[in-house]
Amino acid sequence: MSVESDRDVLVRIRGLHFRRGPRVIFDDLSLDILRGSVTAVMGPSGTGKTTLLKLITGQLRPDAGSIEVDGEDVLRLDKAGLYRLRRRMGMLFQSGALLTDLDVFENVAYPLREHTDLNESMLRKLVLLKLEAVGLRGARDLMPSQLSGGMARRVALARAIALDPMMILYDEPFTGQDPISLGMLVSLVRQLNDAAGMTSILVSHDVQETASIADYLYILSQGRIIAQGTREQIEGDDSEPVRQFMDGLPDGPVHFHYPASPLDEDLRSPGRRR
Amino acid sequence: MRFEGLARLGRGVIGALERLGRAHLLLLAILGGTGEVLRRPRLLFDQIYNLGVLSLLIVGVSGLFVGMVLGLQGYYVLQQFGAEESLGIMVAASLVRELGPVVAALLVAGRAGSSLTAEIGLMKATEQLSGLEMMAVDPVRRILAPRFYGGVIAMPLLAAIFSAVGVLGGYFVGVGLLGVDEGAFWSQMQAKVDFQEDILNGVIKSLVFGIAVTWIALFQGYDTVPTSLGVSRSTTRSVVHAALLVLGLDFVLTALMFGD
Amino acid sequence: MGKRHTIEAMVGAFVALGVVALFFLAMKVSNLSMISGEDGYQLTARFSNIGSLKVRAPVTMAGVRIGRVESVSFDKTTYEAVVGMRIDAAVDSIPDDTFANIFTSGLLGEQFIGLEPGGSPEFLRDGDAIANTQSALLLEQMIGQFLFKKAGESG
Repeated sequence: MSVESDRDVLVRIRGLHFRRGPRVIFDDLSLDILRGSVTAVMGPSGTGKTTLLKLITGQLRPDAGSIEVDGEDVLRLDKAGLYRLRRRMGMLFQSGALLTDLDVFENVAYPLREHTDLNESMLRKLVLLKLEAVGLRGARDLMPSQLSGGMARRVALARAIALDPMMILYDEPFTGQDPISLGMLVSLVRQLNDAAGMTSILVSHDVQETASIADYLYILSQGRIIAQGTREQIEGDDSEPVRQFMDGLPDGPVHFHYPASPLDEDLRSPGRRR
Repeated sequence: MRFEGLARLGRGVIGALERLGRAHLLLLAILGGTGEVLRRPRLLFDQIYNLGVLSLLIVGVSGLFVGMVLGLQGYYVLQQFGAEESLGIMVAASLVRELGPVVAALLVAGRAGSSLTAEIGLMKATEQLSGLEMMAVDPVRRILAPRFYGGVIAMPLLAAIFSAVGVLGGYFVGVGLLGVDEGAFWSQMQAKVDFQEDILNGVIKSLVFGIAVTWIALFQGYDTVPTSLGVSRSTTRSVVHAALLVLGLDFVLTALMFGD
Repeated sequence: MGKRHTIEAMVGAFVALGVVALFFLAMKVSNLSMISGEDGYQLTARFSNIGSLKVRAPVTMAGVRIGRVESVSFDKTTYEAVVGMRIDAAVDSIPDDTFANIFTSGLLGEQFIGLEPGGSPEFLRDGDAIANTQSALLLEQMIGQFLFKKAGESG
């Protein structure tokens, strides 16, 4: 790739190193995310996909490397600058992360109340529009505890787009959803991206759903990108690790077993006192 | 292996120092949120309600009983010296100087501190704090700072209520039930309890305890390991650390105030 | 909003209660102010020594409390202590030749004023002074005198 001009690249990551304790999460990772695209970052559990989102939004700091969002170096920004940048980003957490003591309406209104001086009737209209976009205008008076997982995620999505961000980051949006709400979420992600001209970064290990809406895919394994390209390119990739992940084979380069000593040896040893 | 014990000790000390450092950084960040609290007093009112009004019952009732017990016990001791008129001083001085600030702080640590820790810890565990950060809202300023000031404001008021109710409890038992002269009860009290020496120092103590208890509760919640076990441990630690710190600080403050 | 309003009202009540408690501690428990202005009438008495008599100590007659000490001051011309007392309004028949003593309740207890009525038909009124007084017995002085006497007897 890399024929894209600088203007088209919204997020540019170069030479990213990150370790947590002795574990290396990212080892010289570089990737670009284009404006207006839905980019998926996929990989087996534990490859640091969520960590990547936290690095892009400046919640974590890398050990080395550079992260640029919309031309701004995230690592050089002070707190105020970072918060200014985050107002233009939305993030959908795996859990939804709704404020549990506010109802649905107030949750969506929250970022508007914090960052704008809209009067009450303007604010109401905006919130209802955002809720309408996720199909939950009728649920405005419910408390988060009364919502199903899928509904909570859609409310969180309405909140994430409340300030009309330039970019939205999805952390495992499809995990643990029933088929119906899964379908709704998948089409919502695509619709929001196209209707509002946003850029979407999707972190997921749900291969089929993610591949069906992504314009460009990165597959991570053990801290590195093992494959990238459009959906067709990835599907045409014959390398063993890619096929194992995409086709969901239980054993392959990524082992079913967590590294351990041979079983019979382990069974015979006296074991560790706890 | 030979140095395993030593290494463990070292790790423990380093870990404790790191936590201490993080706690102080958090306090600085909270104090940095003072402007936000002043701009939006509603947030503060909510927290004075949560920490103060909701602790009122336990503090008031405890104060009453502590005062009544002081009245009873004091009477039986003083009576042996024929000095039961001094009951007033005994009840008031012990309440205003020590028991009011200390017991109120311990009760607040148990009633309000633990709930603060659990609240913040759960907000962290359910990613609500990260969610706020991603909405470009600083959770330290928006969530922690109002709670801190709520606790610091509520504590001296609760301690004063504890002492006042306690004195009335002592009065009720001493004068009402045991027949100590009412005039002597109040006169000796007023003669011996000094406004600056005792009352103001008691207020200063409870202010310091208020800072200590709320700070610990907030830090334990904010620094929690975001799991159910982590939150439960932090809640326990919040109460234990707050109680120990209050008692330790009480000794230091007493030595400074009444020492010479 | 109703809930909002309730919270604010409760917080207001809580703060008010706390301030009242502080005020109570300051005014009633500590020495910040000596509240006066109760009903009853005032008498004064002069003592050459009041020992450790305190303001608000009881004033009794036949062992019954009939008033309390309201002020203690020093007269720098006569070198005497001037004690102001407030007597209950109901006790309006104290003869003007009444004797005022300073007693101690118990060995180490508080000192109080005991009034012993005389036989005069005239009663004391508001602002009057009791002429006959006896000072406090000081334990140190008594012991000193006792030892002195003993020494004199044996010598």
